Amino acid sequence: MDLAVKLIVLLPLVAAAIAGLFCRVIGDRPAQIVTSAALLIAAALSIFVFTRIGFGPDTLKLVVVKISPWISSGTLEIDWSLRVDTLTAVMLIVVTVVSSMVHIYSIGYMADDTSIPRFMAYLSLFTFFMLMLVTSDNLVQLFFGWEGVGLASYLLIGFWYDRPAANAAAIKAFIVNRVGDFGFALGIFAVWVLTGSVMYDDIFAKASELAQMRLVFLGMDLNALTVTCLLLFVGAMGKSAQFGLHTWLPDAMEGPTPVSALIHAATMVTAGVFMVARLSPLFALSPTASAVVTLVGAATAFFAATIGLTQFDIKRVVAYSTCSQLGYMFFACGVGAYSAAMFHLMTHAFFKALLFLGSGSVINCLHHEQDMRKMGGVREKAPHTFIVMWIGTLALSGIGIPFILGEGVGFAGFYSKDAMLEAAYGVHTSVGVIAYWLGVIAAFMTAFYSTRVMFMTFYGKYRGDHHTWDHAHESPVVMLIPLYVLAAGATLSGYVAYDWFVGADWADFWGKSIAVETTREVIHHLHETPVWVKVMPLIFALAGIALSWLYYIGMPELPARTVAAFPRIHRFFFNKWYFDELYDWLFVKPALMIGRFFWKKGDGAVIDGLGPDGIAARSLNMAGALGRFQSGYLYHYAFVMLVGVAGLVTYFMLVMR
Amino acid sequence: MSILLPALAFYVFAAVTIASATMVVSSRNPVYSVLYLILAFFNAAALFLLLGAEFIAMILVIVYVGAVAVLFLFVVMMLDINLAELREGFLRYLPVGAAIGAVLLAEILFGLGVLGSASGTVAGLSDHGLAAVQVDNTRAIGRVLYTQYFYLFQVAGAVLLVAMIGAIVLTLRTRPGVRRQKASEQINRRREDSIAVVKVPTRGGV
Amino acid sequence: MVITLGHYLAVASVLFTLGILGIFLNRKNVIVILMCVELMLLSVNINLVAFSAFQGNIVGQIFAMLVLTVAAAEAAIGLAILVVYFRNRGTIAVEDINSMKG
Repeated sequence: MDLAVKLIVLLPLVAAAIAGLFCRVIGDRPAQIVTSAALLIAAALSIFVFTRIGFGPDTLKLVVVKISPWISSGTLEIDWSLRVDTLTAVMLIVVTVVSSMVHIYSIGYMADDTSIPRFMAYLSLFTFFMLMLVTSDNLVQLFFGWEGVGLASYLLIGFWYDRPAANAAAIKAFIVNRVGDFGFALGIFAVWVLTGSVMYDDIFAKASELAQMRLVFLGMDLNALTVTCLLLFVGAMGKSAQFGLHTWLPDAMEGPTPVSALIHAATMVTAGVFMVARLSPLFALSPTASAVVTLVGAATAFFAATIGLTQFDIKRVVAYSTCSQLGYMFFACGVGAYSAAMFHLMTHAFFKALLFLGSGSVINCLHHEQDMRKMGGVREKAPHTFIVMWIGTLALSGIGIPFILGEGVGFAGFYSKDAMLEAAYGVHTSVGVIAYWLGVIAAFMTAFYSTRVMFMTFYGKYRGDHHTWDHAHESPVVMLIPLYVLAAGATLSGYVAYDWFVGADWADFWGKSIAVETTREVIHHLHETPVWVKVMPLIFALAGIALSWLYYIGMPELPARTVAAFPRIHRFFFNKWYFDELYDWLFVKPALMIGRFFWKKGDGAVIDGLGPDGIAARSLNMAGALGRFQSGYLYHYAFVMLVGVAGLVTYFMLVMR
Repeated sequence: MSILLPALAFYVFAAVTIASATMVVSSRNPVYSVLYLILAFFNAAALFLLLGAEFIAMILVIVYVGAVAVLFLFVVMMLDINLAELREGFLRYLPVGAAIGAVLLAEILFGLGVLGSASGTVAGLSDHGLAAVQVDNTRAIGRVLYTQYFYLFQVAGAVLLVAMIGAIVLTLRTRPGVRRQKASEQINRRREDSIAVVKVPTRGGV
Repeated sequence: MVITLGHYLAVASVLFTLGILGIFLNRKNVIVILMCVELMLLSVNINLVAFSAFQGNIVGQIFAMLVLTVAAAEAAIGLAILVVYFRNRGTIAVEDINSMKG
């Protein structure tokens, strides 16, 4: 078991090292094979670990594998150690399965690229960091993985580094993440100061004490736990692109599609959710922080869906959809339904990665065309992609048939999304109810825009360039296999895993990995909500699909008329609620101004002026001035001699008395 | 009145010396400058007479005026000088120059003890006024010049000789087309260089 | 009033200063420079002879004679150089003599 865990985490690192450092020696194909094989082995081992831990006896619920000491500074003692409990095991499955599928997919998608080994190495490196993040035993190792995935995200978004837009997007992602990381670091410091340790076990043991302590922060006397949780949540907001720190996610679509599938759908952006779930004992004891989390999550779910309605780039629609679904996960954590949030995390990983990879298949088919206005009728050319995209869309919209066979039958999203919404309603707090209704409206919008993508892309007449249409083709098998595997996950994982996550067996499954008391209450309420609460999301989703059919198949002139009827609202949504413009005015321009000021005036005028440039210029001036003494005229020389004599005599007369 | 006469003479001669020195510098025509220089020399000689150094005074007149100033006059008249271009630039630098000059004059006077707190020391030197004349000036100079300062006297002569030769060397022009005797070549000619015996057949020609 | 040594020294100083002024105030004529040198030598002579007379020491006058000699020699050489220069350049304007510039 220990060996399995170590292999899971370290195999991707080794594969990344081989592919990255020896790319010139081994070539493209071996690099692809090494990394994909390493990830497949890691995925298989993850399934093994998952079954052992998830369904094993209580004694096996927690495995800690110590690797080596890391930091020993004063009272701070941190080791590299891998902690695997149920929460970790779920994440291991998600990360390794999706990552291995993306690796295999990339063999096909990036086949024409010039730097294949670099890409595969970065993907494996990212996977390593993500695995370090989820298997961490303490906050600092979590932060190590956190920063590492941020780095890998930067490298992968800017993979095509000759594109200025890609470079700008990579920098934007890194910087916005940094803002979140700053809050996260402050949170870690607060934890250290308050508890004297950064190990999870120690922190959780002291959690109830912390709830009573107070902390002075920015001059205000506040509840210590609330402050800590809020700071840690800022980090999650940055990493998971929540409302306020979301601006990097749409631009991150500049990276290749497999990157978007892996990082910005399934794994990196879910690190924030994982972190909140991991620290659930802390969040559960701080009602204020949990309420904030709920509101931010609900707001994000709603606002991202509104923007997704209007976008034309197929990847951007899916990106905003991710942002919105992450909002769902956060509000579920906020109301205490951590297991429901993790459930949705898992199902979302499958169907969102599926949607991204499917979009990538469409893009590949139409020769890198991403604008949906230039697509249409693609189902003739790419039938397999069509099928899997529909599966993904239905899963995302949460379509299923309730109440039959126990909890109903449906796609994965049906189970997880409904679980979250029921939990939000079930806790009967005001924020919970707000979250429920925002979530339901967002579900309507989600269904609308997801099926909009389907209708605009696969149905109707092709609206693009005929040359492209003639050369359009289905994706190769190496790209279709991962799509079908993920489709299987998107279909079945909900039905299969419902009981483990939020159903009857949840307590045995989760053990002590998340806050037990809170979860117990929440799940109890979840199952006791009235029928209309369970059915409402489905009704809204079906309404969304119907409306979308009307807009894009039935009466195609409706979209244009709606836009014309509400131009301001449409423009507001289309321009992403003007967040980029706001941040540009608020932060970017002042920062650039300050930077330019310090550069030109400070560095240029003062340091260079008084230093090298200044001295050089003064030397030139003096040389010029002194050069004029050498005029060649005798009388000038005589005059200078005279002045010198006069000066010397004056000096001697006055001074040397 | 007779007491005042030396003083008056001194002031007159001194004033004219200084005035003519000024005119040397600021005169437009260089010939005028030379003539003013000659006037300055004459007045300086008069001052020497007042000091009782009549030999030096006469030497001044003979050498300076008679030789040096005349030489100046020769050269000035020999060179073809354009009168119109002279005089520019004089006034531009006059203020600065006058200021520096005034400062320098003040310092010299101060240093010599004519002005300032040390003026007593110089006056002290002249407490006994002009030394009583026991022998006349020429005899006094002769007593010392050919005995104690004999070498200096000879060296002065050598300097003059070198100056003369130097002046000739600098300015001597050999005009083309003028044939000259080269005595050394003439004397060193050998028979082989100039005579060749040639057997000429009768009625052959050379 | 009694003419003291200081008077003669003052006259000599003024002549000396005038000579110096003449050297750099004059812009157009090299001969004036030479004449100013003569003026300065004259002022030195006045100094020497005045000291000699007031101290009763004949050495001053010996020295004055030697100065005279040297002045004459220097005037001759200077003028010879001037003549040669004029032959080569055709002008004796001081402003044109700046080959040592730089």
